[in-house]
Amino acid sequence: MAAAMINERDLEFMLYELFDSEGLIGRERYQDHDRQTFNEVINTAKAIAEKHFLPIRQKLDTHQPTFDGKKVHLIPELKPAIAAVNASGIGSATADYELGGMQLPPIVASAAATYLTIAGGVGMGYNMLTTANANLLQAHASKELIDTWVKPMLDGRFMGTMAMTEPGSGSGLGDLSTKAVKASDGSYRVSGSKIFISGGDHDLSENIVHLVLARVQGAPKGVKGISLFVVPKFLLNDDGSIGADNEVALAGLFHKMGGKAQTSTALSFGEKSGSVGYLVGEENQGLKYMFHMMNEARIMVGTSGAVLANAGFQYSLDYAKNRPQGRLPSCKDPLSPMVNIIEHADVRRMLLAQKAYAEGAMALVLYGTQLSDDEKTAPSQEQREYAHTLLDFLTPIIKTWPSEYGPKANSYAIQVLGGHGYINEHPVEMFYRDNRLNAIHEGTTGIQSLDLIARKVPMNNMEGYLATISEMNKTIVIAKEIEGLNEFSSELKNAVNTLNSTTESVLKAMSTKNIDLALANSVSYLSMFGHVIIAWLWLKQGIVASNALAEQPHQDDKHFYQGKLQALQYFYRIELPQVAVWQKVLVNTDSTSFDMQAEWF
Amino acid sequence: MKVLVPIKRVIDYNVKVRVKADNSNVDLANVKMAINPFCEIAVEEAVRLKEAGTATEVIAVSIGDKSCQEQLRTALALGADRAIQIDTDQNLDSLHVAKLLQKVVEEEQPQLVILGKQSIDSDNNQTGQMLAALTGMAQGTFASAVNVDGEKVNVTREVDGGLQTVALNLPAIVTTDLRLNEPRYASLPNIMKAKRKPLAVKPAADFGLDLTARTTLLKVTPPAERQAGIVVESIDELVEKLKNEAKVIS
Repeated sequence: MAAAMINERDLEFMLYELFDSEGLIGRERYQDHDRQTFNEVINTAKAIAEKHFLPIRQKLDTHQPTFDGKKVHLIPELKPAIAAVNASGIGSATADYELGGMQLPPIVASAAATYLTIAGGVGMGYNMLTTANANLLQAHASKELIDTWVKPMLDGRFMGTMAMTEPGSGSGLGDLSTKAVKASDGSYRVSGSKIFISGGDHDLSENIVHLVLARVQGAPKGVKGISLFVVPKFLLNDDGSIGADNEVALAGLFHKMGGKAQTSTALSFGEKSGSVGYLVGEENQGLKYMFHMMNEARIMVGTSGAVLANAGFQYSLDYAKNRPQGRLPSCKDPLSPMVNIIEHADVRRMLLAQKAYAEGAMALVLYGTQLSDDEKTAPSQEQREYAHTLLDFLTPIIKTWPSEYGPKANSYAIQVLGGHGYINEHPVEMFYRDNRLNAIHEGTTGIQSLDLIARKVPMNNMEGYLATISEMNKTIVIAKEIEGLNEFSSELKNAVNTLNSTTESVLKAMSTKNIDLALANSVSYLSMFGHVIIAWLWLKQGIVASNALAEQPHQDDKHFYQGKLQALQYFYRIELPQVAVWQKVLVNTDSTSFDMQAEWF
Repeated sequence: MKVLVPIKRVIDYNVKVRVKADNSNVDLANVKMAINPFCEIAVEEAVRLKEAGTATEVIAVSIGDKSCQEQLRTALALGADRAIQIDTDQNLDSLHVAKLLQKVVEEEQPQLVILGKQSIDSDNNQTGQMLAALTGMAQGTFASAVNVDGEKVNVTREVDGGLQTVALNLPAIVTTDLRLNEPRYASLPNIMKAKRKPLAVKPAADFGLDLTARTTLLKVTPPAERQAGIVVESIDELVEKLKNEAKVIS
């Protein structure tokens, strides 16, 4: 039997044991749902993944989109596969009933999407960007813009992009130079070049809705003068039908190491008379709006990192259970049968590392997804604000930790398969390549680390930081009372204490020392924080597992929960001690990298 | 035309079936359950008949405890119009199932009853045939094509020598084979609509039938596990083992 795409028992654990997804039914928005509708949606996603995407996954990877100078060509199988997703309603599952959605809780939608992410390679990226685009417009655009552009996107007729990066302005958005000039009819004429625009051109939808960052004539320099525009590939006629070409020209395609099914484009806007753009919200507020989409996109990026880590883990686990090779060191008889490689302790180490990373990351992204729901639908205003505070603070970690450790897990998956992992007869090398993007897009790891320590930590008198610490303390207190977990409870307590003292010393360095030096090790800070958060989420999983084991569960469940406790132990014994290394670098404001001179390389 | 589709809740076909330690039965604790694949094909066929305008109403019926409502909901999400659960926590023989279904047929008067040819758990392949005998309706089993033509239904059957097409007078019973169709998956809007479709619960005891078990399950044993091989020293030893141990040559 082929390897499972994902461990369904674990998905169930995450949804119903670690996070109380079933309890969401009590909220007004979700009152029509029950656990069965949740499971049916997941089954439907799985069916589409198996039927439409899994058979073309490798072809999507090996047949990159091509550009003949006029049009982009994708493999023909992708369009019907995406159409099947749209027809099923999964693309708009979380949207309001009025917009044709199903008001499905995001955490359930996220669980269902895991199958499509794994089976669809990045074919699904088109849908995800479209959803994020539609959500941004719903939050910040005028009713007219929403009516015109959001519904067709949710129906799958149009797709969306986010167009930020320019040839001379990537991570440093303040330097962007795309221009917008107000026209007499109130719309704008947008002109300039954008690069790395995912889904920037294709033949999968009738129209493409670009969300373009540009500077209105006369606006301030830097990030304060950036506005956001809807710039469609085609204008619409009064009756909503597709109208004139809007001067959004494809200048070329990029060829990527992974994620090949999703076009990465260079676009040229308005070379002749300017592309018609419609202002979203107010002028000069564009970056704020774009961050709305980016925050959501950052959770999606982290989710992709976590899901691909799980995919590689499941694949290599199945391989290790079935691949006979070698004998144990204790066995000297060459005539004895070979053992399956899972019998080798080092292979189990690599599988455990993957489990610790993949399931730790999955818990983190689902936690983030639940917070993004809580900030809108939690029963009280206070709870909603609290969820917002936590999510806003944790976003750099939710984005980064799975993006950094997901590829590490995939690297172990390749290693488990050995030479067979390095060739494309098995998907693990593809998972690795696809996953490698996640530490780069939607803000690199470096950018995220600066966002965390320089912005998020000090913000609002450290409100987000303190809320996070208090959440961890709650878990420490609970775990302390549980037999078998007290060791980990006190380990986490120590780690949180280290985090507190380190944070204090970094903040002090930022206000007393050269700021460039004080921030030189910001990634160490993000790494440290990420590890403490993952340790916390493992302890939460350990509490659920311990409590369940005490109830004398079925044999299968017993194995499952014991596996959770073993992965918890792995993370605490092998990974968490690294906190001490990062602490030293940070507390000493280590200047090794800072002092290095370009000439010395 | 009304179409009745009896469905069964069974262990999911993806699940590796285990036997209880005391060999008393299959271990169903904690196992993923699903609609029997042949029943799913039956639902699909009925829904297609409705979409084609041939059928006017599709009724799904299942016999079991409350948990089988899950499978009925699935059938509703796939396109059935309403559902009936015949409530019982007893394990029923095929004959009991057929007798209960006979009562439903009497009450609902469907023109067509489409069942799976067998369930993947007990593999009896009896219910459809028994129901045909009890109701006196014509039967077309192992269908790979179903075409309603006026007062008749043409059923193409998968038989040992190939295909056989029979014309049955309506009302009739059809049991589905694997190749009849490829069932759809439920779209999200239909999953939500299914929640509002009627699902009637009727206690099995109300049907006035003697449901005493006619068969007793003595024991269940798993297939023998494949033993590890050994390396023999010589051809002679191999021949000797094939002759005397495996007894495959003489």
